Amino acid sequence: MLLELKQIQKSFGEVNVLKGVGFKLDKGELLGLVGENGAGKSTLMNILGGIFPPSSGEMRVNGKNYHPKSPNDALNEGISFIHQELNLFLNLSVAENLFISNYPRKKTMGFSFLNQKQARKKALELLSQVGLSVSPKSPVERLTAAQRQMLEIAKALSASPRIIIFDEPTTSLTRHEAQKLFQLIKKLKQEGIAMIYISHNLDDIMHLADRIAVLRDGELISSGERQNYTIPSMVKDMVGRDMDQFFPHRNTVPLKEFSLEVKNLGAGFIQNMSFSIRKQEILGFYGLVGAGRSEMARLIYGLDPMETGSIIWNGKEITSPNPVQWIKEGVAFLTENRQEEGLMTLQNLEKNIQLAALPSFTRRFNIIDYKEVKKKSKTQADATKTKYHSITDQLVSTLSGGNQQKVVLAKWLLIHPKLFILDEPTKGIDIGAKHEIYVLANSLVECGSSIMLISSEIEELLGLCDRILVVSEGQITKEFEKEEFDRSKILEAALHKAGKEEQKL
Amino acid sequence: MKSFFKGGYGKSSNILIYVCLIYYVLASLLAPGFFTMNNSWNILYNLLPLLVVAIGQTYVMITAGIDLSVTSIIAVCSIAGGYVMSSDTSIFSDPESIFFGILTMLLVGMVIGMVNGISVTKFGMPAFMVTLTTMMLFSGFAIWCTQSQNIYNLPEPFVNMSYSFFLGIPVPVFIGVFVLVLAYFLLNKTLFGEWIYAIGLNCEVAKISGVKVHRTLILVYMFSGFCAAVGAIFYTARLETGSPVMGQNILLDVIGAVVIGGTSLFGGKGKIIWTFFGALFMTLLDNSLNLIGLSFFLIMIVKGAVILAAAMLNTLKEKSLKTTA
Repeated sequence: MLLELKQIQKSFGEVNVLKGVGFKLDKGELLGLVGENGAGKSTLMNILGGIFPPSSGEMRVNGKNYHPKSPNDALNEGISFIHQELNLFLNLSVAENLFISNYPRKKTMGFSFLNQKQARKKALELLSQVGLSVSPKSPVERLTAAQRQMLEIAKALSASPRIIIFDEPTTSLTRHEAQKLFQLIKKLKQEGIAMIYISHNLDDIMHLADRIAVLRDGELISSGERQNYTIPSMVKDMVGRDMDQFFPHRNTVPLKEFSLEVKNLGAGFIQNMSFSIRKQEILGFYGLVGAGRSEMARLIYGLDPMETGSIIWNGKEITSPNPVQWIKEGVAFLTENRQEEGLMTLQNLEKNIQLAALPSFTRRFNIIDYKEVKKKSKTQADATKTKYHSITDQLVSTLSGGNQQKVVLAKWLLIHPKLFILDEPTKGIDIGAKHEIYVLANSLVECGSSIMLISSEIEELLGLCDRILVVSEGQITKEFEKEEFDRSKILEAALHKAGKEEQKL
Repeated sequence: MKSFFKGGYGKSSNILIYVCLIYYVLASLLAPGFFTMNNSWNILYNLLPLLVVAIGQTYVMITAGIDLSVTSIIAVCSIAGGYVMSSDTSIFSDPESIFFGILTMLLVGMVIGMVNGISVTKFGMPAFMVTLTTMMLFSGFAIWCTQSQNIYNLPEPFVNMSYSFFLGIPVPVFIGVFVLVLAYFLLNKTLFGEWIYAIGLNCEVAKISGVKVHRTLILVYMFSGFCAAVGAIFYTARLETGSPVMGQNILLDVIGAVVIGGTSLFGGKGKIIWTFFGALFMTLLDNSLNLIGLSFFLIMIVKGAVILAAAMLNTLKEKSLKTTA
């Protein structure tokens, strides 16, 4: 047995995150590890990767006891960890990133120099292994999300690992790019490398895994051959109940009146974007990663300066949009990147939730009515079904991804948004939390608000939206009314222009 | 009063109170002349200006910035106030000159703070660079303006302020407590205070969440300038001169007081009451080492080592917070 984990326990303070989990992994085998956020998947993998030690339990690699004290120990044992957030230095070149810890060197007159020639040669070898055709000299910031992902794998391969851990490798990839990754994974499997694959995308798990392990609340609920699982059975194990209806039923239709109108918006590579959104409407934005949807939202919200165009809110023009004004108008913006732009991670839940709405809780001399704001923050935390043990003593960084996202949602719901811009609200979030977010979005619309939903998950858009706009290379290229919703047509529209470009390259 | 202290009590400040107490007892036993009435007054009068300047610095450091220009603000305020008040140069007669002198000092402090704040926000320069250069600029300006001469003949009531009593309590204590309570109130009860912490924790999140980042930061640097000006009032009254090199040596003590108080070097964390005990500790340290008869340079070495140790502890704590998270 290549890898064996027995009765792994881990607690942070009083919180038991893992309650005796174990599994086995053989050569050339791929274990699909699934579970809701907070189920303990990342903790388990961090223990395996040497980031922190288990509280108790046993780990064996090739029958030998394994006690990694650092990620380096794990690497020496042949365990490579590819994190969800990639660890690349954007300002450095591909080759420099590949050999960041072990750059080829040569000795000249007793001095050690970098051996550029050999680095390039070795880099090209590694890149061809993962099927990435970029120059070792090109800076990583010029690579697409998918190319960066491949580079990260090449980096992992440079240590000639026996086991690779993938944590949500496809979140920033499009379907097409993900397929390439899967081909590579299958190739690595044939070469005898064992893999642990963590994902919320159960289709991918069914497609790739040999065996499956389901975690819930720090316990191993079930594990076994893939043949014994179906997606519904996995979901049932994950959440502990059947998922009868995933998307909430939409009872409302958009009203006649517009809430937001955007005309000829442009800046940078965003050109001439025009659209309007009605009251009680959920308007979806689909496109490839990097198509310009987030950039568009940032322009509208006034985070980046717009060069052309006008923005009309409830019939009146907003000349210089900025977050302060939008919040006053009741427009909220949940950004794609909750760690860097959504949360003060080293702050407690309450302070995070109250931040945007604070001005509305001030009395004379800007004195804050803490009693009121505390009460309302708690109400929102509970309304979003955030799981926490203390709203004032717990740092947000100790919450799971799904619960962190709920904190961001709670923050914005506290300003009672009339328009809510959601940028990838369910990215890297488990099924239970996703469902709760959908329900929240629906009830918000039923109360008369509008939602702009930017998402790379087409199912999500099909399930929720009244209308879908397709964005490609900084432009809105196609519009689909609810009656015309068709998965493949929407995909095609998004890929169309990008496809042409690929041929050119 | 109870809630006032409750808000300030964290684990680290608890320790700091004991450290101050133990140090006080030790110094009383070991340093000749430490535990005397005279020296107690000395400690109080050294503590007050350091405390108010450190309070302003705490605000800046909570926003993840630093204000190195406080010493030059003290110098410029001192000569500006001296110029307005001194009977050699003043255009006002006695009681008004004091009023206008103090007003000038506070205004000058806030204007320099505003220059710092605008440079940090509107031009997006690092606080360290901005305040380092404004420190040079205004220190030089103060010396150049006065041709390195002190300004004498300040009004009697102003000079006597340090030693006058109101309701049995020295007037400077009133001023110090006023600044302390004002700073505590702004930081813990108002929108301004919440925004200061938010900016220090994550400026980008703050901006997206509707925090007026620029305005808040400018006000923070102005508040630091204001506090430095109050410090300048203390020093000018006590030394009975407006001096262009006033406060030159206290930068280390100011930053030391804030850091020992446990204010995070990375922003987002810090409390006024922590800084109070930090300033108290710095004052006790300085005073006792002086009494033992250590040379100025040895004292510098000791203080530097203590602050470095505090900064190290501070950083280690921050790191452990991040990894357990």
